[in-house]
Amino acid sequence: MKALSQRRRHPLAAIALLLMGLLLTGGLYAVASGANEAKAQSSPYTAEDVEEGKKLFVANCATCHGMSGQGTETGPSLVGVGAAAVHFQVGTGRMPLQMQGPQAKEKPPQFNEEETRQMAAYVASLGPGPAIPGEKALDTSDADPGNGGQLFRVNCAMCHNAAGAGGALTRGKFAPQLAGVEDVHVYEAMITGPQNMPVFNDATISPQGKQDIIAFLNTIESTPSPGGADLGSLGPVSEGLFVWTAGLGVIIAFTIWLTSRSS
Amino acid sequence: MSTSTAQYEPKTRVGRITNFVDQRVGGSGMVKEFGRKVFPDHWSFMFGEVALYSFVILLLTGTFLTFFFDPSMAETHYDGSYVPLKGVEMSVAYASALDISFDIRGGLFMRQMHHWAALLFVAAVSVHMLRVFFTGAFRKPRELNWVVGSVLLILGLAEGFTGYSLPDDLLSGNGLRIIDGVIKAIPVVGSYISFFLFGGEFPGTVIIPRLYVLHILLIPAIILLMIAIHLFMVVVHKHTQFPGPGRTNNNVVGFPVGPVYAAKAGGFFFIVFGVLALMAGFFTINPIWNYGPYDPSPISAGTQPDWYIGWVDGALRLMPGVGEFVIFGFTLSLNVLIPALGPALLLFTLMFTWPWLEAWVTKDKREHHLLDRPRNAPTRTAIGVAGVVFYCVMWAAASSDLIATHFSLSLNDVTYWLRALFFLGPIIGFLVAKRIALALQRKDREIALHGRETGRIVRLPHGEFIEVHEPLDEYHQYKLVNYESPEVVPPQPNAEGKITTAEKARGVLSRIFFEDRVAPPTPAEVEAAHSHGGHGEVEAEHEDQESLPRQ
Ligand code: HEC
Ligand code: HEC
Ligand code: HEM
Repeated sequence: MKALSQRRRHPLAAIALLLMGLLLTGGLYAVASGANEAKAQSSPYTAEDVEEGKKLFVANCATCHGMSGQGTETGPSLVGVGAAAVHFQVGTGRMPLQMQGPQAKEKPPQFNEEETRQMAAYVASLGPGPAIPGEKALDTSDADPGNGGQLFRVNCAMCHNAAGAGGALTRGKFAPQLAGVEDVHVYEAMITGPQNMPVFNDATISPQGKQDIIAFLNTIESTPSPGGADLGSLGPVSEGLFVWTAGLGVIIAFTIWLTSRSS
Repeated sequence: MSTSTAQYEPKTRVGRITNFVDQRVGGSGMVKEFGRKVFPDHWSFMFGEVALYSFVILLLTGTFLTFFFDPSMAETHYDGSYVPLKGVEMSVAYASALDISFDIRGGLFMRQMHHWAALLFVAAVSVHMLRVFFTGAFRKPRELNWVVGSVLLILGLAEGFTGYSLPDDLLSGNGLRIIDGVIKAIPVVGSYISFFLFGGEFPGTVIIPRLYVLHILLIPAIILLMIAIHLFMVVVHKHTQFPGPGRTNNNVVGFPVGPVYAAKAGGFFFIVFGVLALMAGFFTINPIWNYGPYDPSPISAGTQPDWYIGWVDGALRLMPGVGEFVIFGFTLSLNVLIPALGPALLLFTLMFTWPWLEAWVTKDKREHHLLDRPRNAPTRTAIGVAGVVFYCVMWAAASSDLIATHFSLSLNDVTYWLRALFFLGPIIGFLVAKRIALALQRKDREIALHGRETGRIVRLPHGEFIEVHEPLDEYHQYKLVNYESPEVVPPQPNAEGKITTAEKARGVLSRIFFEDRVAPPTPAEVEAAHSHGGHGEVEAEHEDQESLPRQ
């Protein structure tokens, strides 16, 4: 950095800067699939994808979201929600919605990856929105789980619990447990903010930060609970319940046994 | 006693040594005296011991933890072996608690055993107290021991709270934050007390060292002293017992402390120890590594205190957000003050004064060494149940979020229901418990008078069908007819012949307590009912109904 600042008045600096800028924008375009919030529709989808997606959409989603995704009484407009929202909602089985309720329920996904991407392509063609993160965005090999843990505690733990065990929101809504959620869905949840979850765009949490969070979630999920059975990671309530039922129960059984032996 | 030891001639070397010690310390006298104490056998009498043994285990495991825990709030960067926290900035206290968990051999086991023992300790103390309450063991001459016990309960809560605040993780910090809020809600002096306690603005850097001194020195020392007084009084008063043939107000039937009982008690210690060791080995408790270091900004879903503080947290959650006033520029936060202190004040006041309240209502100043079966004191039992329900509603409110997620309910609905139950629950609990106790008493009375229903139907020569009732053996019969049944004591005039207002109030309470009492069958009634034989059932039933008080 120091060397750079010393040479910034060099006559060639302007040209270098220009070159770098061009390279950067070009590079950004190249990884448009990886960068979220890619505004452009020149995305990796072919016209055929969009066409197939439209068919699937009309057959499965249009009753609620309208024939061209403009929204109806029973479902919001999907213009501008982006491919990532579709990939998340359909990939986690939340859509197509089975039952109106406080919150869309998760169920086994109804569409395979290809069909999901086709519908995503169609919805993405309706208006610009966050794209499905590519492999690069999801690469957590150099992520820092320690930093991810801190980001998670500051941004997510108030709803999802510090160990990702989930928590209640008002009126029957809840933030789900995060164990077992695929990396791509975690990423998409952050950039699309499903239902009551806020959107964490790249200004709030940088792409690197998002990778750190994913790495953190993967670490705590893959590390076996160091202290034995984790009782659901629900904190002191499950511990209290356990001591009153199992702990005291066993002790009472012993007291009855001990005193019955004599009389 | 000393003369008999002086005459004793030891023959072996060990004998000489023990005799030497004994002559100077006088141990055998104490053992003889104490060993002849009798401890009656009923499983419900063992919870005091469970509390005692958990406390011993707390001392042992706690001492281990003090070797490695460092209560400093200085900043450091974690450098231990738990990867997800590597490099995170935290206090030395939290880092040392993590080191105990991950880098000190046996440390996690000891931490978990200490915490499980703490939960079990307060649970055992609570159940012990309920047993003492529902059996009437707090009556004269044991009122003072009840008070000592109540002090122990509060000390237990304080010890637990100071303990789980020490690791300086997110959960303990949130707990302290709430306490800070409650203290600040105290009018006028609140903020000064908070500044004094935290050595400045929350969280500051002194609170954990201060709590540490309370937790490892002051409170345990007072608890130990109180336990000593408590047990001393148990020995002086001798243990109570349930009524039974041969068990009177003047004796204690059971096992002498030595050797049978002592052996059993020793064995029981290891059972409690074993249960806690298994829990510590197989079940996580307070996984501080999940919560991360304390930092005033984040908060985690599922933030709750340990179970025994839960009811205060629950009361705070139940309180609607009203009651904050600004008077002359000062904020009066009744919305915090009332729920945080109100229910606790109510429950603890009732707890401390109950033995005297009851004695005042019954005008019963006699000594009691025989226990009541809970059903035979229906109103006391009902009041106890109301208290338990009141407590449990607040307790449930502390986990309202988990109730909502795990039973797919709306958090708002859970809160509304619990608010209603906060007021109605104790009333329902009182009525239901009282009805059940009275019904059980009536059933006992039936059985005492007419024997057990056998289910055998017999046809008499003239065509009538009757069910054969089998009389009870003496032992069981005794249990059903020999109990105290206080009656309504109407207001009494004092020395000047006046009935004071307090006395009138007492009269009203006495009526509420005892007007619907079920009298134990008198020997004459039993005699009459039995001489009828099986045949006379129908008439006997009529007689009963008349002798029963109006319902
Ligand atoms: C039964 C009606 C229904 C059907 C069928 C349905 N949806 Fe939805 N969808 C909804 C509702 C209602 C919401 C809003 C959920 C909420 O906020 O609680 C929604 C939300 C969404 C969202 C999120 C919008 C946002 O703002 O992030 C996406 C994406 C979506 N649906 C896609 C689909 C797709 C794709 C299908 C077809 C496979 C589908 N839906 C089928 C009712 C439906
Ligand atoms: C205001 C509360 C809130 C915050 C803060 C929040 N979430 Fe969520 N989150 C939710 C809710 C509510 C849902 C469920 C949405 C649904 O069912 O469609 C959810 C869903 C998710 C899911 C999908 C889980 C599944 O089972 O499919 C993931 C992953 C997720 N959140 C991750 C995060 C991360 C990472 C953060 C922090 C950067 C975060 N959330 C912050 C409320 C929140
Ligand atoms: C540190 C906590 C406590 C310990 C270690 C403890 C220990 C004991 C023990 C070992 C006994 C004799 C056995 C028994 O009846 O269970 C006893 C009796 C008694 N305890 Fe406690 N106790 C504690 C707290 C309490 C509390 C909270 C109360 C009530 C408020 C209480 C009230 C009594 C009374 C009245 C007796 C006499 C009971 C009788 O003789 O039937 N104790 N205690």
